[in-house]
Amino acid sequence: MAINTSSLTRQARASRTTVFMKILMAVSGALFVLYVLVHMYGNLKIFAGTEAFDEYALHLRTMFTPILPFGGMLWIIRVVLLVAVVVHIWAAFTLWARAQGARSTRYVAKEAAKRTLKTKWMRWGGVALVLFIIWHLLQFTIVKFNVGSENAGHSAGALVVSSFQVWWVTLIYLLAMVALALHLYHGVWSASQTLGWANTARARRAWKATAHVLAYVIAVGFIVPPLAILAGIVKG
Amino acid sequence: MTTTTPETTEIATGPIHGLYTEGDPVADTKAPDVPIAKMWDQRKFDAKLVNPSNRRKLSVIIVGTGLAGASAAATLGEAGYHVKSFCYQDSPRRAHSIAAQGGINAAKNYNDDGDSVYRLFYDTVKGGDYRSRETNVYRLAEESANIIDQCVAQGVPFAREYGGLLDNRSFGGVQVARTFYAAGQTGQQLLIGAYQAMERQVGAGTVEQFTRHEMLEVIVVEGRARGIIARDMVTGEIETHLADAVVLASGGYGNVFYLSTNAMGCNTTAIWRAHRKGAYFGNPCYTQIHPTCIPVAGDYQSKLTLMSESLRNDGRIWVPKRREDCDKDPREIPEEDRDYYLERIYPSFGNLVPRDIASRQAKYVCDEGRGVGPLVGDFRRGVYLDFSEALSRMSKEAVAEKYGNLFDMYQRITGESPYEVPMRIYPAVHYTMGGLWVDYDLETTIPGLYAAGEANFSDHGANRLGASSLMQCLADGYFVLPNTIRDYLANGPFPKVSEDAPEVVEARAAVEDRITRLLNVQGERSVDSFHKELGQIMWEYCGMERTEEGLLKAIDLIRALREEYWRNVRVLGSADTLNQSLEKAGRVADFLELGELMCIDALHRRESCGGHFRAESQTEDGEALRHDDEFAYVAAWEFAGEGAKPVLHKEDLVYKAIELKQRSYK
Amino acid sequence: MNLTLKIWRQAGPKAKGEMVTYQVTDISPDMSFLEMLDVLNEDLNAKGEEPIAFDSDCREGICGMCGLMISGKAHGPEVTTTCQLHMRSFHDGDEITIEPWRADAFPVIKDLVVDRSAFDRLIQAGGFISVNTGAAPEAHSVPVPKPRADRAFDAAKCIGCGACVAACPNASAMLFLGAKVTHLGEFPQGQPERSARVVKMLTQHDLEGFGGCTNIGECTNACPKEIQQDVINQLNIDLRHALQQMT
Ligand SMILES: Cc1cc2nc3c(=O)[nH]c(=O)nc-3n(C[C@H](O)[C@H](O)[C@H](O)COP(=O)(O)OP(=O)(O)OC[C@H]3O[C@@H](n4cnc5c(N)ncnc54)[C@H](O)[C@@H]3O)c2cc1C
Ligand code: HEM
Ligand code: HEM
Ligand code: SF4
Ligand code: F3S
Ligand code: FES
Repeated sequence: MAINTSSLTRQARASRTTVFMKILMAVSGALFVLYVLVHMYGNLKIFAGTEAFDEYALHLRTMFTPILPFGGMLWIIRVVLLVAVVVHIWAAFTLWARAQGARSTRYVAKEAAKRTLKTKWMRWGGVALVLFIIWHLLQFTIVKFNVGSENAGHSAGALVVSSFQVWWVTLIYLLAMVALALHLYHGVWSASQTLGWANTARARRAWKATAHVLAYVIAVGFIVPPLAILAGIVKG
Repeated sequence: MTTTTPETTEIATGPIHGLYTEGDPVADTKAPDVPIAKMWDQRKFDAKLVNPSNRRKLSVIIVGTGLAGASAAATLGEAGYHVKSFCYQDSPRRAHSIAAQGGINAAKNYNDDGDSVYRLFYDTVKGGDYRSRETNVYRLAEESANIIDQCVAQGVPFAREYGGLLDNRSFGGVQVARTFYAAGQTGQQLLIGAYQAMERQVGAGTVEQFTRHEMLEVIVVEGRARGIIARDMVTGEIETHLADAVVLASGGYGNVFYLSTNAMGCNTTAIWRAHRKGAYFGNPCYTQIHPTCIPVAGDYQSKLTLMSESLRNDGRIWVPKRREDCDKDPREIPEEDRDYYLERIYPSFGNLVPRDIASRQAKYVCDEGRGVGPLVGDFRRGVYLDFSEALSRMSKEAVAEKYGNLFDMYQRITGESPYEVPMRIYPAVHYTMGGLWVDYDLETTIPGLYAAGEANFSDHGANRLGASSLMQCLADGYFVLPNTIRDYLANGPFPKVSEDAPEVVEARAAVEDRITRLLNVQGERSVDSFHKELGQIMWEYCGMERTEEGLLKAIDLIRALREEYWRNVRVLGSADTLNQSLEKAGRVADFLELGELMCIDALHRRESCGGHFRAESQTEDGEALRHDDEFAYVAAWEFAGEGAKPVLHKEDLVYKAIELKQRSYK
Repeated sequence: MNLTLKIWRQAGPKAKGEMVTYQVTDISPDMSFLEMLDVLNEDLNAKGEEPIAFDSDCREGICGMCGLMISGKAHGPEVTTTCQLHMRSFHDGDEITIEPWRADAFPVIKDLVVDRSAFDRLIQAGGFISVNTGAAPEAHSVPVPKPRADRAFDAAKCIGCGACVAACPNASAMLFLGAKVTHLGEFPQGQPERSARVVKMLTQHDLEGFGGCTNIGECTNACPKEIQQDVINQLNIDLRHALQQMT
């Protein structure tokens, strides 16, 4: 008889699986990581003074001109990021909902609940990050409202300095960076696994270490400028 | 033909106590009358063919999804028959074949160490103490090599050498390395292979799978097996399944002893019900007892765990010389107060004497009150297997390399580290050579009813060699049965049987009635307590050493216990949900009947052979002594009715290719 | 020792369940966990209460039939199966909660018994190498490098117990699936169906209602056979290859 490998799932498509969804998440997550790395580097320019910072902001907009119009590259980055965010969030919520439905009766033992901590911090941490990003964009990109006392004019650098002199603004950023660190702490390793880069015990250990280092470096790298501003080390 | 040694101890030749009657001899009529090496080809050629387009209309029920059942289901499914597969577990993959550790034999001769089909055949017949049927064993040896090919193609991860080719080891006291293995999990890997092949057919729609279904009766219509009655163990529904042929591959019945290396659910129900419907039961008393198992730790013990025999290569077995020392810390017992009894009694073989001798000697020293470990009842049942000498000779790492995983398993179960304190071991029931009598085609005495794997009386005679059961199960399922059953099916499809046919209705009613009866006893004792008591009787009187007196006593005890069972068992819960007590109750009821037949069989066979040791029949050195002139036959028992004496049919064993010899270990 | 047990009792698949408290006394540390439950069941039987249903068969850690959530840990505090867990891992006076595996893909049948037939269907979907009996070439015609054979074996050790699903916060069966995909994918014989296998098995996995994997790793911690997380990595790679083949 002919070999017959047909089975229950007649219409199996690789792009319809949860693993594909994960790959989308990992790719979008990886883009975020790249972005925050560059962004963090840019933020550190504040230590070179507000002018240097403004120069950097300008550079972002003049990149690849005249091939692209003024601000073109920035817009490309924005679109890519926006698409990535939509995909990332869509996939995160789909998986979240699936997982909810996959265990509708929970364990009674408390020990079991502890084990779900990581998923909780990824998901709620992600939500926190989104809220933060909305706030952050309103503050620095879209509305550019100044909660600080000094007049920032059109200088991004001055706006930043003036904002972080307000203690609660810095606190919000501090908390956001904790959320970001936690997200990357698991996220970076997770992405390596999803993308199939952790196929041996050694690679797995290496990626876990990388994730820890990245999470740490990024969070610290981001939070140093606001703290420095609040402490009065960096002034306008 | 016989070579019985002259200094034979006397055999008791008393009456057979009126426990059974003797009927006509049986014969295996299907093996073609050609030289043994041509027989199987001839049989396959003679077997009628079934047109592929007709196969779908032919249905086969297979009870059991172990190596034998799953491989048969896969193969028959691939061929295009409509197969219905049953097992009592929640998945076919859990059949007890999964537990086999050591390996599987095959005459591949990859090492060019002189192995051949003939040598495997010869070793198996000799290992079975000349109580197996030549024709079947030869075929088994012939098919063995195909099994390895098949399994490798399925992706069974056998151990390999650095060159990428398959590794072999020698096993079970043979001189060639013909055992293929996958670490200590050969059975698991082979079963997963067969299971996956079967699941593939389930996906393809040729095999229908019924898990958590227990077969409780065979349906025999006009003399042919036409289906089974099964209970859906989840809903409790009693279902009728009809087919053109039925295969029983339900495994061994070692659990009649309560404690054994078998799984909790291993049972005799499938074959015992068939026996009651007319299938003869072959050599029920042949049981294999394995010397190296973890001993019983307390009354609550539910099962025994096998430790690989290979441990005896480096471990030394001893007990204290004096009873007073038995509860001392073994490390504090000085060398001169230890009795390395195997080395003392068998200076040339020492700790490596064959399984049955090692087992029996352990029993003797424990019976003398020199056993070690916790008191279970009045005795300590355990002997030391000591690695201190090996540890000082080899290095801890070298010992760990060889036995590490076994030591870990031992430690997990006992809480003691064999690196620190000697292991304790004791023999345990391991395998049953007996089972339904089958002919060359694996057909029982009920036409259309086949038996495969450990469930048939098999190819192992009175004793099975290591690594040969897996081989037999897969040979039966992949290669033998699919060829022989087609000859039977070629005469079908048989007239349709209706669910209201009187035979069907009757079988169903019998099953329902039995369940109601079990639930209605509402007595005082749990099913387990009966099972334990039966196990103790069997172990004491029908275990490692059997005597006429003991067996007679056992028969009385079993009858009394069975009578009490139906009067005093307590099964709670209802029949229409999952009810594990009820499941057990049915199985134990069957064990209570089988146990008696085992004792009668053991009683009637007044010789020692393989795993069957009659104290009355031994040489001066305490070795098993066969009586080929009287007992070179298979005992095929016919059920004569409730309470009636079983009828013995003898199948004479004719040795044409191999000369009969007395086994010797000197 | 004496223990307090809180055990999930549920009369049937549709019945509402609840935790019931039992006391057991005189438990020997040498008992296995299931033997301890046997003792409790004998007790219940004597009192006329229906014994607690739980699955087990081989009781030596290989069939994969047993499996309980013991105080929040799949198979209890040691890296082993429930049947190989012994009471010496507990202390006098302990309170132990015993629950069935929880996953909607593993519905409860009764008390602590769940239905894991979803695993069989995953295998049916593609967990095999298609070779009919008799169609196999000579075993030595295809050598397999030892490291690959060893990796295949390590993955093939899975006993299908379901602890990975039970322990996974997402109730994902990815470790089980990854183990099978890795086992068969390491062999030359497994190549022709490799991409089809992973896609079909994954599709079935999602269809059965298991959660998606988010690389948490609780599965591997609970696995009695210590199947490593790299099998999931392998599965992801195989799926990526399948995607590439599609385009
Ligand atoms: C611990 C251990 C180690 C072993 N090691 C080796 C070894 O190294 N080498 C070797 O060759 N042999 C070994 N053996 C022996 C060998 O494993 C078995 O003899 C063999 O696997 C039996 O296979 P089977 O297919 O006949 O039955 P099993 O695998 O026992 O399967 C029986 C099947 O029948 C089903 N069943 C039973 N009763 C019913 C019923 N009433 N209704 C429905 N279904 C039913 C069960 O669900 C199961 O699917 C070992 C045995 C044990 C116990
Ligand atoms: C303390 C930390 C941070 C500081 C001081 C900071 C500062 C800024 C400033 C000044 C801008 C405006 C730049 C411009 O328009 O030229 C900006 C934009 C932005 N930041 Fe941050 N940021 C911080 C953290 C983050 C983090 C953690 C994220 C993401 C997770 C983030 C995401 C963005 C995004 C998406 C933009 C918009 C870029 C654009 O489209 O113009 N920032 N940030
Ligand atoms: C609404 C906002 C977000 C939500 C809900 C969210 C949620 C998640 C979830 C559930 C995961 C999968 C967890 C896992 O794999 O274990 C994940 C992965 C990841 N996230 Fe986010 N996240 C969000 C925003 C972000 C942001 C802003 C970044 C980067 C700065 C980011 C980076 C990553 C990375 C790198 C991964 C790993 C991808 C992978 O698992 O393969 N995420 N996120
Ligand atoms: S992967 Fe481990 S935990 Fe999961 S089913 Fe297999 S053996 Fe059990
Ligand atoms: S715990 Fe669950 S999330 Fe993935 S790594 Fe294991 S399946
Ligand atoms: S009962 Fe078989 S693994 Fe536990």
